[in-house]
Amino acid sequence: MTCTEFLALLDDLIDDTIPAKTRAELEQHLHACGHCEVVFNTTRKTIQIYRSHELYELPSSLRDRLHTAIMARCKKGC
Amino acid sequence: MTTIQSIEGEIEQHPDVALVEQVRAGDISAYDTLVRKYERQIFRIAQHITQNREDAEDVMQDAFLKAYEKLDQFQGNSKFYTWLVRIAVNESLMRLRKRRTGKMVSIDEDMETEEGSVPRDLADWAPDPEQNYSQTELGKILEKTIKGLPPGFRVVFELRDVQGLSTEDTAEALGLSIPAVKSRLLRARLQLRERLSRYFRQKRVTRGAAVKKSDNAGTVSEL
Repeated sequence: MTCTEFLALLDDLIDDTIPAKTRAELEQHLHACGHCEVVFNTTRKTIQIYRSHELYELPSSLRDRLHTAIMARCKKGC
Repeated sequence: MTTIQSIEGEIEQHPDVALVEQVRAGDISAYDTLVRKYERQIFRIAQHITQNREDAEDVMQDAFLKAYEKLDQFQGNSKFYTWLVRIAVNESLMRLRKRRTGKMVSIDEDMETEEGSVPRDLADWAPDPEQNYSQTELGKILEKTIKGLPPGFRVVFELRDVQGLSTEDTAEALGLSIPAVKSRLLRARLQLRERLSRYFRQKRVTRGAAVKKSDNAGTVSEL
């Protein structure tokens, strides 16, 4: 397996949506290729960091204000 | 798809379907529940597309109001949230268009770039690299990094990787094909990884354990 072939299947490996045989081939490539191992690990880490650190959090005061405004207009029939 | 398959093979209703039915029957408190359930996610999507807090607030309100008005048009052949996201994305794009004085804006724009489809920074990251920054600093880094991506990449990454939607639901919500979602997700992930490497790569340590100033590239003062 080449690095280009590995990269084409990177998302499937991360999302675990590949057959066991293909997974085994990808893992074999990972053991032999330091660069692809770094790309795989750091891409997974990228997703994990974005998932655990919520961007654009809605502060509760603003959330309450917007929620009240939405529901008030819905009750009036918008 | 408004239904999920149970282990026994029976068809179970998605909980939102019952709430939508209650709203249609005149129970406004059921809509209150739906708004509460999804308002934070809709706000984030609007922020990702408009990159403007006031616009995101307006989009969030308009999307829920429009969904309420159009609830009779909701066919139930898609999930309520997927349908809601589609409304919010369209509202967000309309806001962008207004800011750009009527210039057409679509979720397909800025897609020509090949940047980031091939990894260039192959340095490994420090273990738990986010620990080297305060929560505020990390937030600024993540925000600045994702802002550098085209809106169509940002929203695909948000829906798939942060909110955990399936590829199929993301495609439906954005009006894209499944291959287009997959292609954007891969490029979004690789571009974010590439840009974050600047902050998170292992710093080379010179003899005497001093960190070389030139290697300490990702400081928050540069944000």
